[in-house]
Amino acid sequence: MELERDLCVDMLSTMYKIRFFEETVDDLFARGLVHGTMHLSIGQEASAVGSVFALRAEDYILSTHRGHGHCIAKGADLNLMMAEFQGKETGYCRGRGGSMHIADMQGRNLGANGVVGGGIPLAVGVGLSLQMRATGEVVMCFFGDGAANQGAFHEALNMAAIWCLPVVYICENNQYGMSMSTQRAFNIDRISQRADSYGMAGVTVDGNDVVAVYDAASEGVERARSGGGPTLVECMTYRWKGHSKSDQERYRTKEEIAAWKKKDPIKRFRELLVSKGTLDEQEVARIEEEASRTIAAALEFAKSSPEPDVDTILEGVYA
Amino acid sequence: MREITYAEAIREALRQEMVRDESVFLIGEDVGRYGGAFGVSYGLVDEFGEERVRDTPISEAGIAGAATGAALTGMRPVAEIMFMDLTTIAMDQLVNQAAKLRFMFGGKAKVPMVLRTPGGSGTGASAHHSQSLEAWFVHVPGLKVVMPSTPYDAKGLLLSSIRDDNPVVFVEHKLLYKTKGPVPEDDYTIPLGVADVKRPGRDLTIVATSIMVPRALEAAETLAQEGIEAEVVDPRTLKPLDDGIIVESVIKTGRVLVAHEACKTGGVGAEIAARIAESEAFDYLDAPIKRLAGLDIPVPYNRNLERHMVPQVDNIVAAARELVG
Repeated sequence: MELERDLCVDMLSTMYKIRFFEETVDDLFARGLVHGTMHLSIGQEASAVGSVFALRAEDYILSTHRGHGHCIAKGADLNLMMAEFQGKETGYCRGRGGSMHIADMQGRNLGANGVVGGGIPLAVGVGLSLQMRATGEVVMCFFGDGAANQGAFHEALNMAAIWCLPVVYICENNQYGMSMSTQRAFNIDRISQRADSYGMAGVTVDGNDVVAVYDAASEGVERARSGGGPTLVECMTYRWKGHSKSDQERYRTKEEIAAWKKKDPIKRFRELLVSKGTLDEQEVARIEEEASRTIAAALEFAKSSPEPDVDTILEGVYA
Repeated sequence: MREITYAEAIREALRQEMVRDESVFLIGEDVGRYGGAFGVSYGLVDEFGEERVRDTPISEAGIAGAATGAALTGMRPVAEIMFMDLTTIAMDQLVNQAAKLRFMFGGKAKVPMVLRTPGGSGTGASAHHSQSLEAWFVHVPGLKVVMPSTPYDAKGLLLSSIRDDNPVVFVEHKLLYKTKGPVPEDDYTIPLGVADVKRPGRDLTIVATSIMVPRALEAAETLAQEGIEAEVVDPRTLKPLDDGIIVESVIKTGRVLVAHEACKTGGVGAEIAARIAESEAFDYLDAPIKRLAGLDIPVPYNRNLERHMVPQVDNIVAAARELVG
């Protein structure tokens, strides 16, 4: 990609918002202020932002249980998102979904998903809908390395390929499905190799390099939009935090985590922009500070929002 | 009125709705040129083309997911799972996705899809092609479950199901496909959640679903010769369930037999019996509520064993006599 200034500002700002959102909710949990669990994507911001920024506003995404980044990258209102996280009536899902099910139908985010791989077949249906209605839109479906070993992955990628659907599958390979490392769970080097077996394009990129992710995702989006069918993009990345809040980190070393932290995707992009002269130090510092302020405001909005009224508990089961 | 088969009635509903609404399409294994394993969609591919009558690979989770995703974004898919036994393979997409998306998203999404599937035994297809799993779906908030017993009901209920904005599991019965009955040529709907009294009677109520409806009606003829007048009530929709008509009937007759093909334990009959027991009809009961259902075993292959597993006309007659006697 050309390091076009406005786009870079937007991407860096979004990466910071994701980081600060998750650090904020992690802190809320640590202080006992969160009901339930959460799955943080700290360290994976480049894969979310690089991918989603390859889309147009009218395109769709399907996200995962580790989906805060996708949601923010798709342009979510952080107030509504934070309110949902806190189970408030003002949240995206009126407090019914929580972290694992945040959806923004207007923003064309068809939701995070509590089932690993659950969204992969849904993308086939969205792709069919877009193709049959000839909208020119595409759908981007996120999933992790763990989901690539679900049976639904096989069924869905095959269907997307035989029908040449406008789907871009983004596999965020963060090296572990909970505690199961990809080395133990796969007998292949790259998950993108599986694209071959469906007759679709497949590529593996450095998922901590937002520019590389953007380029690979853009190619997939262009292919999907022009009738060339689906693509499987594998983003090699790493989650800094545990799988969820129950994780005691018994399956990986501190050294391994420290090594990946040195590949921080945000720091890397920031340094690239400064070194290329796209932005200067003052500008990136301002972007960081603004992102932080936005999250603080969202937290205030969520705190001051009302809880759902128990009298409305039955609403929304049926249309 | 002209008479057509149950399968033809379903096909006519599909055809009429596809003509009326461009967002309706069929998706499933062998639904195109083959016409579906039971011939229900035969010929529709010629009229509507391969895009709207879409053959799929053998991928039930994929089919259910594809229907759900399409429904979520403006289409009205009608998916077919070739045998109800195989809905087990599609369960995540149906139970965790289709049924729950609307609620999880705060009521801001809708999933207007129908999943058609034939259940039931009697064809010698044994344990993997004969089950009646409707109770599984009845248990899931967000799904509706429809189970027609006549060609007339099949057409009217299917049109309502396709127009409904919720995921509907539409359970057909293999032995009913060739049964004939009067069906209007026009487009008409039967509302979901409304039971039907298939035969009025004063002495006992038989609540019967799917294939048990014609069996109960035949049993009622025999009983009538003995002076026992059975009222046969067909819920038609298992979810939402029309308690009102069932309770009203039991208040009138004071005796009730609930008959279904599915295994007895945890079957829909348990729910119907419980609702009657919880209602004002309880005070009118002259005998304990009786259930007649499939044995709690996998469906056996041998013809006699298969027949013995599931309530037949004679069993209904005997149970009714016992209840009234």
